[in-house]
Amino acid sequence: MSFHETPTPIDKRFFTTGVKILIALMITGLSFGLYRMIFGLGSTTNLTDQYPWGMWIGVDVASGVALAAGGFTTAFLAHILHREHFHAIVRPALLTAMLGYTFVGIGLMFDLGRWYNIWHPALPMMWQGNSVLFEVGMCVMVYLTVLYIEFLPVVTERFIGQVNLPGMLSFFNEPIDRLLSFLDNILGKVMFVFVIAGVVLSCLHQSSLGTLMVISPYKMHPLYWSPLSPLFFLASAIAVGYPMVIFESMIASKSFGHKTEMDILTPLAKFIPYLLGSYIVLKIGDMIYRGTYVYLFEGSTQSRMFWLEFGILTVVPFLMLLSSRVRSSAGWLFTAATMYILGVLLNRCAVFFVAYQPPFAEKAYFPAIGEFALTIGLIATLMLVYRVFVSILPVIPAPERGAISSDNASIRIKQGI
Amino acid sequence: MSCRKDGAKNWDQQAIAFSLETGKYHNMGINRRDFIKQLAGIGGIALFAKDVNVWAGEQTTTLRDSLGVLVDTTLCVGCRSCEKACNQINQELPRKTPQSFNDNSVFDKKRRMAADSYTVVNRYNNPGNSGNPVYVKFQCMHCADPACVSACIVGALTKESNGAVKYDPWKCIGCRYCMTACPFQVPAYEYNNATTPQVRKCTFCFEKRTSKGKAPACVQACPMEVMTFGKKRELIKIAKKRIEKYPDRYIPHLYGEHELGGTSWLYLSSLPFEKIDFPKFGYISTPSYTEPIQHAIFKHFIPPLTLFAVLGGFMWFLRQRKTESKSVLNEEGQEK
Ligand code: SF4
Ligand code: SF4
Ligand code: SF4
Repeated sequence: MSFHETPTPIDKRFFTTGVKILIALMITGLSFGLYRMIFGLGSTTNLTDQYPWGMWIGVDVASGVALAAGGFTTAFLAHILHREHFHAIVRPALLTAMLGYTFVGIGLMFDLGRWYNIWHPALPMMWQGNSVLFEVGMCVMVYLTVLYIEFLPVVTERFIGQVNLPGMLSFFNEPIDRLLSFLDNILGKVMFVFVIAGVVLSCLHQSSLGTLMVISPYKMHPLYWSPLSPLFFLASAIAVGYPMVIFESMIASKSFGHKTEMDILTPLAKFIPYLLGSYIVLKIGDMIYRGTYVYLFEGSTQSRMFWLEFGILTVVPFLMLLSSRVRSSAGWLFTAATMYILGVLLNRCAVFFVAYQPPFAEKAYFPAIGEFALTIGLIATLMLVYRVFVSILPVIPAPERGAISSDNASIRIKQGI
Repeated sequence: MSCRKDGAKNWDQQAIAFSLETGKYHNMGINRRDFIKQLAGIGGIALFAKDVNVWAGEQTTTLRDSLGVLVDTTLCVGCRSCEKACNQINQELPRKTPQSFNDNSVFDKKRRMAADSYTVVNRYNNPGNSGNPVYVKFQCMHCADPACVSACIVGALTKESNGAVKYDPWKCIGCRYCMTACPFQVPAYEYNNATTPQVRKCTFCFEKRTSKGKAPACVQACPMEVMTFGKKRELIKIAKKRIEKYPDRYIPHLYGEHELGGTSWLYLSSLPFEKIDFPKFGYISTPSYTEPIQHAIFKHFIPPLTLFAVLGGFMWFLRQRKTESKSVLNEEGQEK
């Protein structure tokens, strides 16, 4: 028996002020995206021959992939370790991951010069096994498919016996319903294969993202270049999974007027110090072993970036989360989770375009207004789509359909717990 | 973030060296390149020593007879005939008038290769002889183990058996990872082409000339015979002989013989190579840092499949335990 309410579609007014702002951001971003498609990368970005990769790779792709790690880390916890207590967070995390990776793909389309060739890596005749990017690309593609499959039961659950197409289309009601039942049946039996595959694929591409810049030792700041970089990327992605779930869950409860699910989030937060701690130990160990700590105080942008992202936004939330008071206070937990999320975001930006220092660069790279706009627009679109999904499909456990807020005791009584 | 350039200088000033005996870093006045080289050496090689050796073995056998060009920068007068010839033979480049290559004001600024030029000649001050500046032609080095080729996601860049590194725009997806990877910062990009942008770099005149054994257009056009085209093995011999014969004329270093595992283009110089903008590189190619990691993770799919099996085992075992404890509970419940 779950301690929690079953997921239900959220039944709320859709066009809130927040949603209107999101729509405005989306339109701005997408118009810059359109501009780039018509006039080319040079017109919209500050990319140059010296800085071929910028914000779209660092944020839309690399950070997007890292921050979608909630999907596989919760799947691991709930399905592989069978911690049923956490089932309530699996679906929101899965949906975020699914949408996150979809948007990684969409963001990439804007960055790729020949975006219409994006399917090329899937052609065996063009496989290039030495390329780290090939590994990342393939894994992301397959993982995205796995995510869609993992999400299918949510769809079948919602629509089995509910397919009700109007007019002429009603002819299809029965076959669709049968298809859904069939899928549901099959998926229930083989889902474990996809769940495990999802975790394996995530481990592979999260680490390979870290291998990408290892090929440029002469262009990277020593604080950010290490042969262990793949391990750092993997460890930090695993560590950011639960903070991300906490962050989303709190935002969602706030915006849907639900009660914060502290009885799930606090125990979940207990894992973070171990995961984050391992990452910190790895990173400091590497710094000592290879002597790169000498660059900590050189006062360059890279060293300042390092202090900000590692010293403040990684170590501080770690220390905070060691305390049970922080873990059980909604406000503090949210603060700590948000800090580390920002830490990972900055870390990816650092690796992909701040620590990257091409020897012949004439001026440093700073994202153009269009790059900011598109990135923000994509995030806004993602949030909107998320909202549409949770209004249609049973993703978020709601206390009661339409309820503003209810205290746990009454639900427990209702469910007879 | 905008003031990032300051970093580069600092690294060189805070020179640090790694001592293999003590395992510590010391301030020794060597520059960042050496430092990184050693870091890389320690990190990369220690972890993947076996794979690197395998690579080195293959590389030397397959590319021993590859072609190359020896550039003797001491002979160059900066006439830019090579730039002109390159523009003429590579039809995909925007046409430039022949006269535009007579304009010597371009030397006031250091240029890099760009989407409209595969090669550039730069002028450098000659401290020993100020009336006689040093001119250096630069283009893609056609590395023996090219980072761009290793990086390319779809194999749009390939290393041909004659040494050329070739680009196929129809495969390219425009990700620009090759540009990120190239240690010499050679490939350029058509940022203002919205529909069919290409990665642009010297082709070693592969299609029209070197695949038929003819010298590249720039080599042939040079009136001063700055460049010698031939088998790399021969070129190395010629270069070494020149260094031996004229010790006053050359610094005793053949750039490209060992740098990054060797390059097809080799350079002789009277000035230290740092002075003419040649980065100081280690002797290990950069793909030999990433490829062993990559291949270790994917070796015959054993690591991912093992992970799959371990996770599956866990899942099964834990579920087994859960259902057991549940059924015990149920039985007890029924008893009551
Ligand atoms: S110099 Fe750069 S572009 Fe040319 S072969 Fe080497 S890595 Fe590739
Ligand atoms: S930009 Fe083109 S050539 Fe360069 S790595 Fe990407 S696909 Fe390959
Ligand atoms: S080898 Fe050919 S493509 Fe390369 S610089 Fe010379 S002329 Fe240009």
